[in-house]
Amino acid sequence: MLELSRITAGYDRRAPVVREVSLTVGAGRSVGLLGPSGCGKSTLARVAALLHRPDSGTVVIDGVPVRGWRHRAPREQRTAFGVVFQQPRLAADPRMRLADLIAEPLRATGRRDEAAAAVAGLAGRVGLSRELLGRRPHEVSDGQLQRACLARALVLRPRWLICDEMTAMLDASTSAALVAAVETYRAESGAGLLAVGHDSVLLNRWCDETVHWDELPRESRSGV
Amino acid sequence: MADPRTRTRMADPRTRTRPRTRTRVSAAVTAAVVLAVLVVPFAVPLDEQAVDLAAKLRPPSWDHPFGTDEVGRDLLPRSVYGLRVSLFVGVAAALAATVIGTAVGAVAGALGGWADRVLMRLVDLFSSVPHLLLGIFVVTMFRPGVWPVVASVVVTHWLSTARIVRAEVLSLRSRPYIDAAVSGGASRWRVTVRHLLPAVLPQAGLAAVLMIPHAIWHESALSFLGLGLPTHQASLGNMVQSARGSLLAGDWWPTLFPGLFIIVPTLAVAGLAGAWRERLNPRRRSELSL
Repeated sequence: MLELSRITAGYDRRAPVVREVSLTVGAGRSVGLLGPSGCGKSTLARVAALLHRPDSGTVVIDGVPVRGWRHRAPREQRTAFGVVFQQPRLAADPRMRLADLIAEPLRATGRRDEAAAAVAGLAGRVGLSRELLGRRPHEVSDGQLQRACLARALVLRPRWLICDEMTAMLDASTSAALVAAVETYRAESGAGLLAVGHDSVLLNRWCDETVHWDELPRESRSGV
Repeated sequence: MADPRTRTRMADPRTRTRPRTRTRVSAAVTAAVVLAVLVVPFAVPLDEQAVDLAAKLRPPSWDHPFGTDEVGRDLLPRSVYGLRVSLFVGVAAALAATVIGTAVGAVAGALGGWADRVLMRLVDLFSSVPHLLLGIFVVTMFRPGVWPVVASVVVTHWLSTARIVRAEVLSLRSRPYIDAAVSGGASRWRVTVRHLLPAVLPQAGLAAVLMIPHAIWHESALSFLGLGLPTHQASLGNMVQSARGSLLAGDWWPTLFPGLFIIVPTLAVAGLAGAWRERLNPRRRSELSL
């Protein structure tokens, strides 16, 4: 279970973007979070992925309460989440070749030896050719780069996937391929999913349940 | 949306096609200067300290193209040796100041919080003292020589690099690719060394090159004040200083040639740095200036 309760978060304490919001994703479940641009759903996703420390509220992952965010979170907790961002251009280090981009989490966690095999396996799953793996981000399209970013999110075999508007910049066939790759991974690993977006048709088809931002429980209650 | 770094290289036609006379002249002069200071002292065994009182204050001639100074020393080899010392001080100081500035700026930007506040107040503290005054303080603590001059330039010049690097790191730190690295289990050190530093290196390199002319002027100023290198050693600042008396008597050459040797190479290096800056980011042309 991924439980976020009474989260207040933002970039300025006097004007939080997210106020007292609660959200729960059951183990192995997929939840789609719908909302208009700028409502704070991405911020909530960042809080859930341990990338943004909330001003108040608690996050509990499989019964273990989170005590720190970003580097203050233990590595096992941070790497339990695979995150895919909206804009692949900004989410990829422009100096790294796609193969290095995908292998980077393995190298960062001291599992360098597994890199070659993992990259080859994941490239096939997300539909990247061998030739593309040798290119740098500015030499591939947004769709190809997002495929690499999804592979990077999956390379540590996370228990949770957070997809923040993963397909917003992409055409329909690439979107379908990426969603299929996510679902294949979830089917074999039993990972939970929080998909954030504003495309209700996509999220309704993709997720076990969808919830609109305005319908999230506020104030003292918790759980969806 | 294209990454701004890739866009500037590809889309701005000015940086690619316009032939830049200034850049070519700067490159030619810089090459000539580097060649001169590296080759001449070894290839031509001229004694830059040889005194000939019978030939003092001779105007430029075939024997002495730059003339001689008030004790009859040939100004041409002396100017080349002086330029050598100045360039050495300039390059060494610029390198050291850039390394220190980059380290401080990267640590402040990457860690944030208290570390950032303490380091940046330290930078403010150093900047609040006039450069030359702080530089003089440093050189007077040691015996005259090249290294105290280098140290004095380093102490006063790492500040701007630290500020530039910190600002750059702060803007990069909030990028999603840093979030992705954090989520992928990268340590603070790995994020800084693998993702942040490589991104700021072009800026830091540019700051280093821009600092070389500045450091040369600083060395000349200290020597002119009599606080730099020992007076017998040929240095451009020393030469201009000792030529002051003869300038008032109407002998222009002992001042003019060392003066030109300060101005021309610094303009050439600054011209090259300017071209590099425009290549890096044409829209930020005015931000870093000498």
